[in-house]
Amino acid sequence: MSTASDEGERARPLLSLRGINMTFGGVRALKNVSFEVMPGEVHCLAGENGSGKSTLIKVISGVYKPAAGAEIVFDGEAIPHMTPGMAQARGIQIIWQDLALFAEMSVAENIAFQTLSGARPRLVNYAAIRRIAEEALARLGVSLDVDRPLKDYAIAQRQIVAIARALVGEARIVFMDEPTASLTQSETDHLLAIVHNLSASGVAVVFVSHRLAEVLEISARITVLRDGALVGVYPVEGMTQSKITELMTGRTFDQGTRARDVSHNPVMLSVNNLSRSGEFSDISFELRRGETLGITGLLGSGRTELALTLFGMRRPASGTITLSGKPVRFASNREAIAAGVAYLSEDRLALGLNQPQSIADNLVMASLNRILSGRLISPEKKRSLVARWIADLSVKIGRQDDAISTLSGGNQQRVAIAKWLATDPKVLILDSPTVGVDVGARAGIFEIVARLAEAGLAIILISDEVPEVYFNADRVIHMEKGRIADVYDPHATTLKDLEAAVYA
Amino acid sequence: MNALAARFNAVFGPDMAGPFAALAAVLIFFGFASPQFLTGATFGSVAFQLPELGILTLAMLLPILTGGLNLAITFTANIAGLTLAWTLQANGGVDAGPAAFLFGSVLALAVGAASGLVMGLVIAFTRAHPILVSLSMMIFLRGLGEFLTRGGDISGFPAFVAPIGHGSILGIPVPLLILIACVIVSHILLSRSKLGFSTYMIGSNIESARYSGINTRKVLVLVYVLSGVMAAIAGIIMLARFNSVRVGHGESYLLITVLACFLGGINPFGGFGRVLPVFVALVVLQLLSSGLNLLGANQHLTTAVWGILLIVVMVLRWFSATFIKFVK
Repeated sequence: MSTASDEGERARPLLSLRGINMTFGGVRALKNVSFEVMPGEVHCLAGENGSGKSTLIKVISGVYKPAAGAEIVFDGEAIPHMTPGMAQARGIQIIWQDLALFAEMSVAENIAFQTLSGARPRLVNYAAIRRIAEEALARLGVSLDVDRPLKDYAIAQRQIVAIARALVGEARIVFMDEPTASLTQSETDHLLAIVHNLSASGVAVVFVSHRLAEVLEISARITVLRDGALVGVYPVEGMTQSKITELMTGRTFDQGTRARDVSHNPVMLSVNNLSRSGEFSDISFELRRGETLGITGLLGSGRTELALTLFGMRRPASGTITLSGKPVRFASNREAIAAGVAYLSEDRLALGLNQPQSIADNLVMASLNRILSGRLISPEKKRSLVARWIADLSVKIGRQDDAISTLSGGNQQRVAIAKWLATDPKVLILDSPTVGVDVGARAGIFEIVARLAEAGLAIILISDEVPEVYFNADRVIHMEKGRIADVYDPHATTLKDLEAAVYA
Repeated sequence: MNALAARFNAVFGPDMAGPFAALAAVLIFFGFASPQFLTGATFGSVAFQLPELGILTLAMLLPILTGGLNLAITFTANIAGLTLAWTLQANGGVDAGPAAFLFGSVLALAVGAASGLVMGLVIAFTRAHPILVSLSMMIFLRGLGEFLTRGGDISGFPAFVAPIGHGSILGIPVPLLILIACVIVSHILLSRSKLGFSTYMIGSNIESARYSGINTRKVLVLVYVLSGVMAAIAGIIMLARFNSVRVGHGESYLLITVLACFLGGINPFGGFGRVLPVFVALVVLQLLSSGLNLLGANQHLTTAVWGILLIVVMVLRWFSATFIKFVK
């Protein structure tokens, strides 16, 4: 095949990167990565959370400057020092997962503002704004009322607005960061159709995703990253979901699950027909001492809402919760904590930890009554309580009084877990405990989870990363649209089947 | 040098360096500028003038630490003072006994608490912005007070009231003793109590505090109640010092209390700051005012100098933060 004439006719890559290294505070986020996209190609950049996908896009878009020796070539032009302005001028467009749109502004303003900013005269031309927006939407074959504020539209339409904005900037290559994470199947189908059209008109599209079904459907090639390093570039033809998962995780499927038989342990928490309108309905399960119960499901499956209800922060509309044999109705999370329920929030930055405050204050925040001496907080008791948990969970810290925000994601999460262990819980709910935690540090979090379960703690492990619950839970509940779709025994099912069920 | 700095931080806390430096600067400058400055007379006048402003500053400090503000402190102090004044008048005016004074003081504190309670409840339950809520309360109290007094003074109190404003015990002015008691109580409350701990946590991230089981509403309400009570104490002292109550007395203190908080290293957005540096900052402000007075400066100029001081402090703070980063 590779005769000299073939080489000559082979299209030149639109974008090509070589030798990309990136280091953050001693952590190597990218290790000698190379990446290539052909003109008009639909390419997938795959990898688990923390594998370096986002860092790579930020290098391409000029947000991060890679270490010396990096080589970035766009359309035949070597660009030694990419800046955001240069990337934009060359038609490199990024649609971030959070879309970076203005909810209060109109659809037209959202689509056109980038093009018009800096334009002269320095007056806003609303007619031009509307025309640009309407043209861009027409190109996508979509009709939206461009005068309505963006907040009136659902996430799927906002996604389209973000794409339209990218196209206005004369895009040659569009990166979409987890574009389907919050879309329904039919919305995803629509998005894929748009991507197909873009590709046909010569615009290259790079999907950044760890959702696999749509990747296989539309991409020509897939680049897999793991732990900051390139695993390889593969044609999608002949690729299977399980093969990609294997490449992304570096784990094979016959790896054993940690699931143990805990059916002889006493029941710690029993939930019966629990419902909350619009969030979840008819949820029933039992959680035993020493059991790790996994709950997985897509965004909007009601998993976090269920957890907050068990934690007393929301009132169930109907159904019962029984904790070690006694029915409970929590009026607040203070009552839940006192009764022995702890909840590690999925949003560590805003809800789980008080980022500006110290490690010590964060750790004792939920268990102040344990460090009182009389009616006052005892500095000695506080110090020793913190020291004990820091040692117990092997948290790497400088001083107890340092702000928690100075720690890495993994160490922050350990402090957050310690905060709840200090309340001496009977049931620990871990909501997405590895979000924002480096791949390398995740195993450490799960070792702690396994140790706690071994010591008799009843644990609910919530995650939308199906492999996490599959490998670390004794049983897995699959939630879908607020209901329990099915319950799985990891020994009796394969990860592939479970993933197929969840992502169906 | 570094060891010295470490020792200083261990004893006083790193946030004390700025206020102490300012204190030293003021003492040295005015010590040289005016021979009368480093005398008992200066410190006597500071000791009598400091307490009203000091206690009002404590009343401002608590809400600021939660990320809020209480703009109603001065008028709360006025209304509390009025409550005490009327109680005394209803019980014989100049002939009123100590029992009437005690009863009136308790009522005054209750009125202060009630003002805080209303603001605290509104802020905690509706999550309305504390500036708007306390501004409304301030306008309400001012209007109410002016309506009830018709803009005039209430005076004519029994003779034993004056020493609370002017007397000394063991050579220490009574108002200063009350201020020191309030400082100590506030310091312990903030540094050692559950309420204080929760105040800081709410100030830097109220939602994370709520998720950790802190009763954020209760804490907010209590903070504003305490703020109101502190303002009422200041109101009682003002009554004794001026021997009269007038709605609008001490109004100019309002923004000075905010200034003193920031000078004392309180984070304007809440969550960080201690009582002791604020106390030192207050002493600095009052010394500055007395010193300028001795040099013959106009009272209005003093206010202007206070404003410049705050701007200088902010620039210096930015400078030292940048410099420290640079050295590291």
